[in-house]
Amino acid sequence: MSTWAEQSLHGWGHYPVHGALVARPESPAEVAQALREHQGRGLLAYGLGRSYGDAPLLEGGQVLRTERLDRMLSFDDSTGWARIEAGVTVEDLARTFAPRGWFPPVVPGTWYVTAAGALANDIHGKNHHLDGTWADHVRRVELLTASGEVVVCDAEREPDLFWATVGGLGLTGLILSMEVRMVPIPGPYIEVETVKVRDLDHFFQVSAESGGYSHTVSWIDTTTRGRGMGRGHFMRGRWTAERPPAGLHLPRLTVPFDAPNALLNRATITLFNEAYYQRQRAARVRAITGYEPFFFPLDAVDGWNRAYGPRGFLQYQLVVPHDPERRAIRAVMEAVTRSGMASFLAVIKEFGDRIHPHLSFPRPGVTLAMDFPNRGRPLLDLFDRLDRIVLDAGGRLYLGKDARLSRDTFRAMYPEWEGWRALRDTWDPEGVFRSSLGRRLGLCKEDR
Amino acid sequence: MSTLILGATSRVASRVAHRYAAAGHDVVLAAIELEEAQALAADVRLRHQVKAVAIRFDATDFDAHPAVIAEAAQVLGGIDVALIAFGAMGDAARARQEFSAARQVIEINYSAAVSVAELLAAHMVARGKGTLIGIASVAGDRGRQSNYLYGSAKGALALYLQGLRNRLHKDGVHVLTVKPGFMDTRMTWGVDTGRVPVLSPEAAAEAIFRAAERGADVVYLPPFWRLIMGGIRAIPEALFKRMSL
Ligand SMILES: Cc1cc2nc3c(=O)[nH]c(=O)nc-3n(C[C@H](O)[C@H](O)[C@H](O)COP(=O)(O)OP(=O)(O)OC[C@H]3O[C@@H](n4cnc5c(N)ncnc54)[C@H](O)[C@@H]3O)c2cc1C
Ligand SMILES: NC(=O)c1ccc[n+]([C@@H]2O[C@H](COP(=O)([O-])OP(=O)(O)OC[C@H]3O[C@@H](n4cnc5c(N)ncnc54)[C@H](OP(=O)(O)O)[C@@H]3O)[C@@H](O)[C@H]2O)c1
Repeated sequence: MSTWAEQSLHGWGHYPVHGALVARPESPAEVAQALREHQGRGLLAYGLGRSYGDAPLLEGGQVLRTERLDRMLSFDDSTGWARIEAGVTVEDLARTFAPRGWFPPVVPGTWYVTAAGALANDIHGKNHHLDGTWADHVRRVELLTASGEVVVCDAEREPDLFWATVGGLGLTGLILSMEVRMVPIPGPYIEVETVKVRDLDHFFQVSAESGGYSHTVSWIDTTTRGRGMGRGHFMRGRWTAERPPAGLHLPRLTVPFDAPNALLNRATITLFNEAYYQRQRAARVRAITGYEPFFFPLDAVDGWNRAYGPRGFLQYQLVVPHDPERRAIRAVMEAVTRSGMASFLAVIKEFGDRIHPHLSFPRPGVTLAMDFPNRGRPLLDLFDRLDRIVLDAGGRLYLGKDARLSRDTFRAMYPEWEGWRALRDTWDPEGVFRSSLGRRLGLCKEDR
Repeated sequence: MSTLILGATSRVASRVAHRYAAAGHDVVLAAIELEEAQALAADVRLRHQVKAVAIRFDATDFDAHPAVIAEAAQVLGGIDVALIAFGAMGDAARARQEFSAARQVIEINYSAAVSVAELLAAHMVARGKGTLIGIASVAGDRGRQSNYLYGSAKGALALYLQGLRNRLHKDGVHVLTVKPGFMDTRMTWGVDTGRVPVLSPEAAAEAIFRAAERGADVVYLPPFWRLIMGGIRAIPEALFKRMSL
């Protein structure tokens, strides 16, 4: 028998917070046992809760925390294939393999994500334009399906189930393990060049000129209008064996308590953006750094998400197709500045052309992600206006970051939803696997 | 250097294995579920690039104990550190009804620990060195109505380890008694501990490793439990028997 504890869970944005009966299996056998104890109110896996909204939540249902299902099972140092359990994290992989000349193929902006969470949101990294998403480097996914059967799937075996599970938000079954292919690196260091970007057009110009770099991302100031709109810092990097100069230490900061929400208002955010933009004087700066500050800068600030206060915050991440006029991006930024809302942190990046079917988020084009303190209705209204712009441009939102999209808008953004849902239902006809997000968007059984 | 972990599927036990492996020890992970022990061994091997081997071990199969210890000693080329981590809370209500349930709690927490400890003691004395670590509990410091059976077995274990420490001192073998309060494991998942802090298995493992390295005799985890239990032990029995702690 598993022990089920009543717990309140939330994602990275602390919004929303949903209660569930929670178990924490430590072995595949305990996961199977928990599935047998399913009480008909839905079951869902929760990794490290680094999704921002309600993707890993299931109000009133049963949730399995997978963080202790975290064993590395094998590694082939001639090919880079590592077989790992669902809860092994990007941190585990990076720490274990970087010193030996290997690195996880795709990493997000934090290393506190699980392998299964990475697959269920089909995450992308700074190298998307070259290397695609997490799913592009995965095989032999062991999935515990609703019937209790463990199905091994990948692009060759049970490909339909595999692609439904990629970006499938935990709604096709419980991922037990997978093989992921580490990539060889010359050393655990990154040669990075930061280019000061004047405006949006300049961003796209620099992006186009960055073909020699495997990793690109740009911080963008979303508080400045008119000339200078879209200014920012474009960071591009590649692996190197060259060591960083000695004595370079990054301070580790902590946010020990929930800061009052009022600290982050439009004025302070605008000030921050100005200061951040001006901190680099030169047009370009080259440096060698360890991989941590390059890939996971925010992980150095423990609990930074709590700076947004008890009401939490929301992220809005969109992708829109390429457009020489950048109309949608401009319209979004204008709508944001006009609304009086301000985004503390915003990043922009051009995706590559490799795409996956169904609910996997990345599409060719440009992606923009903005964090906003939770101001309630006015913020949600702004998001609704942004949805319209994104939709009209043929774009979509990242469900791993979402907490509020309407079902209709979602369906318009993801016309693939219906085919995915039908596939999902064949593997789980009773609707065992559910989530708060799934109920909201009509991706799973809804009655409680 | 080498470490044997008995009851390796406990999260604390497996973190201790990782901690010693990080310090360069080869490890043997012994547990009832061989497949689980094998997964844990693979994990230790991959992360720390040491030798890690799984052995099947059932604490209540006393007759098999000598072979288990012998195999571990052989695999490791001698055991430098051994952790006795297995244990079970049992079902206190059932144990009142059926002695077989009570006996199981006693056997797992006490008798089995004695059995392997004697074998390990002999092995370590023969080598003239070694560290034997046993996980007892604050529950063993005073009998309380809610869990006195488990507590009595853990209390007996602590007393036993105390005597063993005294006996082995001259042989250069060190015995460490660990008395945890609450640790965040299967045993406490879903238990409401109120405002009492729950120690992470990683922190517990680090504390155990350090206590063993510095040659401590008895450690409470976290240390504040020493004070609390000192206070609880000081309550006169005439008063204590009326209390519901
Ligand atoms: C600071 C920060 C930066 C980020 N940067 C990026 C980025 O650059 N690119 C990007 O793509 N994302 C990024 N993200 C988002 C993050 O990578 C994803 O949300 C990721 O899925 C989180 O992983 P997790 O283990 O925390 O999973 P959770 O958030 O806990 O869960 C995510 C989904 O996976 C499912 N799931 C988890 N475990 C299992 C399992 N065993 N079986 C089946 N389903 C399971 C859950 O049900 C849920 O639907 C970032 C997040 C943060 C906080
Ligand atoms: N958690 C706490 O707050 C706390 C406090 C004080 C003391 N302790 C002690 O700490 C130790 C570790 O426990 P834990 O907290 O990590 O809980 P746990 O997960 O329940 O660990 C107990 C371990 O003992 C094993 N075990 C039980 N019966 C066994 C048998 N017959 N043969 C072999 N192994 C057996 C269990 O294996 P299976 O799971 O395969 O049965 C399990 O790995 C125990 O001695 C416990 O009494 C814990």
